[in-house]
Amino acid sequence: MSLAFCKKRPHCKDQRWAVNHYSPLALHSCAFQVQHGTCNGGLYSRPFKESFEETPMLVAVFTYLGYGILTIFGYLRDFLRDWKIEKCHIAREREEQKDFVPLYQDFENFYTRNLYMRIRDNWNRPICSVPGAKVDIVERVSHNYNWTFDYTGKVVKEVINMGSYNYLGFAENTGPCAEAAAEVTMKYGVGVSSTRQEMGNCSRHEELEKLVARFLGVESAMAFGMGFATNSMNIPALAGKGCLILSDELNHASLVLGARLSGSTIRVFKHNNMQSLEKLLKEAIAHGQPRSRRPWKKILILVEGIYSMEGSIVRLPEVIALKKKYKAYLYLDEAHSIGALGPRGRGVVDYFGLDPNDVDVMMGTFTKSFGAAGGYIGGRKELMDYLRTHSHSAVYATSMSLPVVEQIITSMKCIVGEDGTTVGRDRVQQLAANTTYFRKHLQDMGFIIYGNHDSPVVPLMLYMPAKIGAFGREMLQRNIAVVVVGFPATPIIESRARFCVSAAHTKAMLDTALGAISEVGDLLQLKYSRHRIVPSLDRAFDETTYEETEE
Amino acid sequence: KMASGQQWVLVEMVQAFYEAPAYHLILEGILILWIIRLLFSKTYKLQERSDLTEKEKEELIEEWQPEPLVPPVSKDHPSLNYDPNTKLNLSIVCGLPTSHKIVVNGKECINFASFNFLGLLDNERVKKRALSSLKKYGVGTCGPRGFYGTFDVHLELEDRLAKFMRTEEAIIYSYGFATIASAIPAYSKRGDIVFVDEAACFAIQKGLQASRSFIKYFKHNDMEDLERLLKDQEVEDQKNPRKARVIRRFIVVEGLYINTGDICPLPELVKLKYRYKVRIFLEESLSFGVLGDHGRGVTEHFGVNIDDIDLISANMENALASIGGFCCGRSFVIDHQRLSGQGYCFSASLPPMLAAAAIEALNIMEEDPEIFTILREKCSCVHRALQGIPGLKVVGESFTPALHLQLETSTGSRDSDMKTLRTIVEYCMNRRVALTQARYLDKEEKFLPPPTIRVVVTVEQTDEEINMAASLIREAALAILK
Repeated sequence: MSLAFCKKRPHCKDQRWAVNHYSPLALHSCAFQVQHGTCNGGLYSRPFKESFEETPMLVAVFTYLGYGILTIFGYLRDFLRDWKIEKCHIAREREEQKDFVPLYQDFENFYTRNLYMRIRDNWNRPICSVPGAKVDIVERVSHNYNWTFDYTGKVVKEVINMGSYNYLGFAENTGPCAEAAAEVTMKYGVGVSSTRQEMGNCSRHEELEKLVARFLGVESAMAFGMGFATNSMNIPALAGKGCLILSDELNHASLVLGARLSGSTIRVFKHNNMQSLEKLLKEAIAHGQPRSRRPWKKILILVEGIYSMEGSIVRLPEVIALKKKYKAYLYLDEAHSIGALGPRGRGVVDYFGLDPNDVDVMMGTFTKSFGAAGGYIGGRKELMDYLRTHSHSAVYATSMSLPVVEQIITSMKCIVGEDGTTVGRDRVQQLAANTTYFRKHLQDMGFIIYGNHDSPVVPLMLYMPAKIGAFGREMLQRNIAVVVVGFPATPIIESRARFCVSAAHTKAMLDTALGAISEVGDLLQLKYSRHRIVPSLDRAFDETTYEETEE
Repeated sequence: KMASGQQWVLVEMVQAFYEAPAYHLILEGILILWIIRLLFSKTYKLQERSDLTEKEKEELIEEWQPEPLVPPVSKDHPSLNYDPNTKLNLSIVCGLPTSHKIVVNGKECINFASFNFLGLLDNERVKKRALSSLKKYGVGTCGPRGFYGTFDVHLELEDRLAKFMRTEEAIIYSYGFATIASAIPAYSKRGDIVFVDEAACFAIQKGLQASRSFIKYFKHNDMEDLERLLKDQEVEDQKNPRKARVIRRFIVVEGLYINTGDICPLPELVKLKYRYKVRIFLEESLSFGVLGDHGRGVTEHFGVNIDDIDLISANMENALASIGGFCCGRSFVIDHQRLSGQGYCFSASLPPMLAAAAIEALNIMEEDPEIFTILREKCSCVHRALQGIPGLKVVGESFTPALHLQLETSTGSRDSDMKTLRTIVEYCMNRRVALTQARYLDKEEKFLPPPTIRVVVTVEQTDEEINMAASLIREAALAILK
């Protein structure tokens, strides 16, 4: 039995959703499912509903047109600036260094200068409170079209926070976590001033690592001071020259950097696309390394649990089946999914009801669901022993701040229920309920919403560049803080707003937010959806990576 | 005039078209079709061409055996704490509430190992400031700087750092290591050239690797060697001046070198900078808050104009005794990182309580610059006390707060040198002086430093403690290096 089900897949165009709703059957039930137009074998124990509605043609045309106009105006204004007709606010090179090779190439900053600058007030908004369900935002104004900001001294109070990654609502300044962290602050201070391998290995660090291992259901775990660095400083310890890294095209910058620093060959597969991954695996093993034709030393697949810009959930059961079939290793980054997914809040493995031992490297961060900072890696004892001795982070970077460690320990114990309450479990359930509620209402309003139905990351498509700025500003006027993203974080025409649902949001808050979103949606004509939803599997896939094979 | 000229060309082309013989037009038509076909055909494959049949592929896949994900680690690796009863392998450390004393594996020791130069790790004011910040903001920021992860405290800290260093702007990172490692690739790209000192620390090495630029190493603190490389480049530039106009050049050095304990010759570097038009990036993790009358680092130490240095980077984990790092310099340079510094853009921001702790540490440094004089005195005191230990030599300047003790004569094997030094460290640790060996990843370092014991000086160490530690190390050396 092979995984050929991925190939002879009837395209599910007439279906509203790509749904797999089967009890855990063995692979041989494939044929039965194919008849039903679903595509993933019996690997899924729950419905897998993911949608990426196609960009309407007219919208795409207008979006390109928008960028075209912005670019023309950009050149015009650059011309005016060059001739000193328009006042130029850009910081300049020192006179003494005018004859040096320019530090920046002009076109590098064209986008920043002429597009980003116009709507820059939507990012980096300073806040002055806990980043909880509601947040206080420092008011700022610009008198020179966003080149500089002045603070008015006023604070916009009680803004509903749909932007922070506070999935389980552990961003708190009161309660058991904050109290525990406060006690540790006064006892040990905040810094450590040494590395784990020198004089910075505290007993609380080791306790945290044991707890993380228990939480993940793995043999051993290790914690690091920064989530980004957990990826970029540990992947090089796992792969090197002669190894192949297969990376999802939408993987986070930290995974990309880690893969690059490792010196391995990197190949990219289409986002969450299992045919693309299988094809790469198959070709790689059959052909070996380029030129020398030696077999690969090992193959490492890098995927994320929830993709933070798409709101999609990795097709983990299929990835695991593939990695087993092709003897590859799997590195799973649960930055957004840990705590936020699964009936027990234990991430995407818990969500699909899988065995954590099937994932070779379990990585995640403490920044989001735990309201702290840093990252972890969990896995088998041999792996962790190796990382303890060879991780760049353990040898060269200052170890974690102890109050931060305490915040993680307390919040994780709460999720697990080791604190003797059901607070953690309730929050996990609340998040799931809030997610369903929020997503359903946005969809019903006619917005184009990307991603998986169970993902608390909810991208709402804006498309046109002008609407990025307008949406962010209009929402803030209605006292709601949202994140808007455009190129280069997304493909050029797929600008979007992103909401992060939290367990701390009450129904009243979500209703207020939904009301405001609907209002702004009408104002800016954002309700693009034609309810002709194309299943995710047919998206982003082209002939160059997909071939039918005769059997 | 231009336009009318072009019009003529067009008219001539149309005329030529009419006058051309039929076979010519047909030939050109076929050629055009051929080009179109080449453009749109998909006969080539992105993957390597394969003559393997499906069955052969299956067999190859069946046969392939990957290496294990990680090689096995020997059980007595110094950083694995397998059996705490028999060996003091990896130290378990716990801070004590009041002093620079720490508990290592259950024993209270005087700390000669943590980079807590100014003793701010345990400072009441710093702790209280952190606590009040915690009570206002909680612990985590739940987002990167761009997405509601910018707190007013971050802006205050950046402002304070810029003022402290007397530069236009500062930018903070949430992890010390990521600071210089992100800053370098924000400016230096593929094709650019970076001149680096051989003793540069690991974070710099990783930053260089991420930048994918050409890296040229010069001998440690050897300005003649650097100038030779710069001259070579000048010759190279003259061969291809057009290319030379777009190749950016940087010199990356450390203020005080963590691996060698000595200082970079900054005035000479600045001269070379203007002579050869190269920018200087200076990593000051060890010298910030240490050198200079006000702790501004190596620029203040030499009296070099800070504007002559293009970028200064330092972590806030040593002298400031918090977490994170910062870069400072002119806005023209620094502001670029807010969109291009990977560790800045794509990482959650620094927990506000850690930023608040750093602000309070800056307050203390500004209120009492005396502290830097005291530190310098302690440094030279330690430096003096460690001279003349049989078998061990002191590596580093007399004003360096992080010295190295190196074996005078190596046994020839790194492993046995490491073991000898470990025995000395354990000897001292058992007698209540906490030391540590400098740790490196042997296979990853570009130029692996020799094995050493680190001796870190802090303002909290009393003269008696310093003398006690020095005589203990002497005693250990006498007992072990025979």
